[in-house]
Amino acid sequence: MSTLLKLTGIVKSFGGVQALKGVSFELKAGEVHAIVGENGAGKSTLIKTITGAHQPDSGVMEIDGQAVHHPTPSQAKALGVAVIYQQPALFGDLTVAENISLGLERGGAWRKINWNTRHKRARELLGRVGANISPETFVRELTMPQQQLVEIARSLGTNARILILDEPTASLSDREVDHLFNVIRDLKKHGVGMIYISHRLEELPQIADRVTVLRDGTYVTTRPMVEIDRAEMIRLMVGRELSAIYPKINLPLGEVVLETRHLSCSESGVSDVTLAIRAGEILGLAGLVGAGRTELARVLFGLTPADGGEILLRGKSAVISQPADAVSLGIAYVPEDRRRHGVILEMPVSANTTLAILRNIASVSWLHFKKEKQIAESFVERFGIKTPSIAVPVGNLSGGNQQKVSLARWLATEPKVIILDEPTQGVDVGAKAEIHKLMGELAAKGLAILMISSELPEVLGMSDRIAVMHGGRVLKTLDRTEATQEKVLELALGHTAAEVAA
Amino acid sequence: MSTAVLNPVGLLPRHGLLQRYKRELSVLAAYLALLLLLVVRAPRFYSSNEFKSILVNNASVLVLAVGMSLVILCRQIDISVGSQLSICGIVAGLAAKHGLPMPVAAMVCLFAGAMMGALNGVLIAFVNLPSIVVTLATMVILRESLRWGRSGEFVQGLPKGFQWFGFSQDAGQWVVVGLAVGVFAVFAWAMRNLSAGRTVYATGSDQEAARLAGIRPRLVTFVVFTIMGALAGLAALLNVVRFPSVDPKSGEGVEMQVIASVVVGGIAISGGRGSLIGTLVGVMLLGTTRPALPFLGSEAYWDKALQGLIILLAVASDALYARKKGRM
Repeated sequence: MSTLLKLTGIVKSFGGVQALKGVSFELKAGEVHAIVGENGAGKSTLIKTITGAHQPDSGVMEIDGQAVHHPTPSQAKALGVAVIYQQPALFGDLTVAENISLGLERGGAWRKINWNTRHKRARELLGRVGANISPETFVRELTMPQQQLVEIARSLGTNARILILDEPTASLSDREVDHLFNVIRDLKKHGVGMIYISHRLEELPQIADRVTVLRDGTYVTTRPMVEIDRAEMIRLMVGRELSAIYPKINLPLGEVVLETRHLSCSESGVSDVTLAIRAGEILGLAGLVGAGRTELARVLFGLTPADGGEILLRGKSAVISQPADAVSLGIAYVPEDRRRHGVILEMPVSANTTLAILRNIASVSWLHFKKEKQIAESFVERFGIKTPSIAVPVGNLSGGNQQKVSLARWLATEPKVIILDEPTQGVDVGAKAEIHKLMGELAAKGLAILMISSELPEVLGMSDRIAVMHGGRVLKTLDRTEATQEKVLELALGHTAAEVAA
Repeated sequence: MSTAVLNPVGLLPRHGLLQRYKRELSVLAAYLALLLLLVVRAPRFYSSNEFKSILVNNASVLVLAVGMSLVILCRQIDISVGSQLSICGIVAGLAAKHGLPMPVAAMVCLFAGAMMGALNGVLIAFVNLPSIVVTLATMVILRESLRWGRSGEFVQGLPKGFQWFGFSQDAGQWVVVGLAVGVFAVFAWAMRNLSAGRTVYATGSDQEAARLAGIRPRLVTFVVFTIMGALAGLAALLNVVRFPSVDPKSGEGVEMQVIASVVVGGIAISGGRGSLIGTLVGVMLLGTTRPALPFLGSEAYWDKALQGLIILLAVASDALYARKKGRM
């Protein structure tokens, strides 16, 4: 088999963070090559490098033995690279035939469209992926798996020889998976090389020929699929010592502050979550991206109110139907993606700090500028927020300092429970350590902390207990002493407790 | 580099009052330049009663612009204010004609405005429709139902206490101006000093972030539109008491003047940024250009073109400033 794609020593940094530290990878014609790794191992960055969305800082990429320097997305496409994302990226209001023909037909904006050829070609390409779909259907009327097939058909139309499948089975039923695998096997026969990314490790032996493991942006190994089993893969994916020192203090835990019983929200897919957090406790919420952790936080904060089960605060049943309810009950939520909604970038540090303690519009309470200044300045000092003045718009601060302002806003409400969603995502190492220290101090003061984190070492290092979520459910809550990276990852991948024990 | 760009001479303190109101001050500078030009070229402008009548004629525009400032700060728009103004004027006239004492007639007028504003508010905040579409619809609906109800007829034979609130013309004029300035002052103070004011800024800056901070953006939006309506009622009153009879078309086209004043005054059309001080200067600048043109030897009909130019300049300077800021 000839080599289609070869990457050697790819390095890519964002800001100060190295996402890829010299990764090598090879794809042969007619091969399915799986890439596995934890959240943040560098899978997406690697894919984006291949598709030309990111330019590598150094390293060589070869397609068909020809070095490709600084590939652009259109260049990569011309060389036969195509990606099928987990969420199909089609135009819902156009027909299947129109979607397939986009980018395939030559000619400018004024060319005359030949509908017959267009439909004929669409039918032929759909036939190749075994999809029984009329080219005249609107894409929004199709199911997810059907849309996926349309995408594959489209990529075949571009004569793609390097097909990247990003979590293609994440939302498919078993029968749909079987059908997809048949399509993949057929493509293999035609010499298409496929990069297959999946968190469902158990399906890899059915479909993959080789597997490459990435960890923290580094290349770990490449093995033939028949020589490796699931346990070994997980061991390689984790494979690091808990080297960073987390300032976790063991505290005597207080009474239960927040409790949920069979909490569900059909809108966001959270189902049957039973948890309890005590005063002074840090409960880590682990899981893969899309496991329902942020969704659970949003239910607890009233953003997508629960439609089943119960929330209890200090033993009393509570109704949380909007964020204002949660705030008045003493729940605080520091959201993920602070750039978008954690702080208001145009407002100064002072106004951001006091935003959550403003009463709602119905009250016409005065703003005490002196008091506001005091509060803001005390937080700036306590958290070491680096800002020239509290009158500076938060948009001018660095990510770590914005995160601290977001945290300050919520601590100003003097909450009983604080939900931290990816509190250290995208902040530098120094700020990260400071935020961890702060969390320890807050717990020591009796705050109950629910921490969502995709970083396993952080979860294991900071939490008293770890609840692992998968598919909107909490599969198991592990104690600090019994939790290991392997166990948490096994659960996060959706293996039940019984399997883990075995 | 940032301070060098924003503060080329180093004269402005970095975060002081001058810095905070830089945008407003530059509009004020433009306005003062216009006034100075009039001093040099047409001193007659000041000796005639022109300046006072500018104040009186723009009292209702100022009141509307205060409401519109809130609406735009909230990242919304209300183009139905002209129709609201017409209807409220008629309501005030009819109420007074039917023998209601003037203070009661005024309350009825404000209430009518608040109801129309609340209707907009419900549709925008709770039904979640875009404000430009909702208020375009209510603008047409209100205007056409008024045409249908009154068939263009003026309200005449008003009681004595109606025109100038029963005061002499001179005193009445000062009452009109005083009320407008009073309303402006109250709102300018409240937007800065009440927590309610800040929730408007927060909602307009980032609705989702505001919601995450425990603010109720829908409620804020609804209240803002209701206030806009009530202020349209007050503006209608200040507008119609200038005449012995009420014109059913008194508000037509006023929405554009109001929105233009707010934008020129520096409130960002994308919400969350700007101050009411700027609105005051914007109203004065646009309100002065039309009467000033004849004095400067130009035809009055150039007024609209000049106003358009001023709006473009204001918006362009905002865009340039934003680009500079984005680069640092």
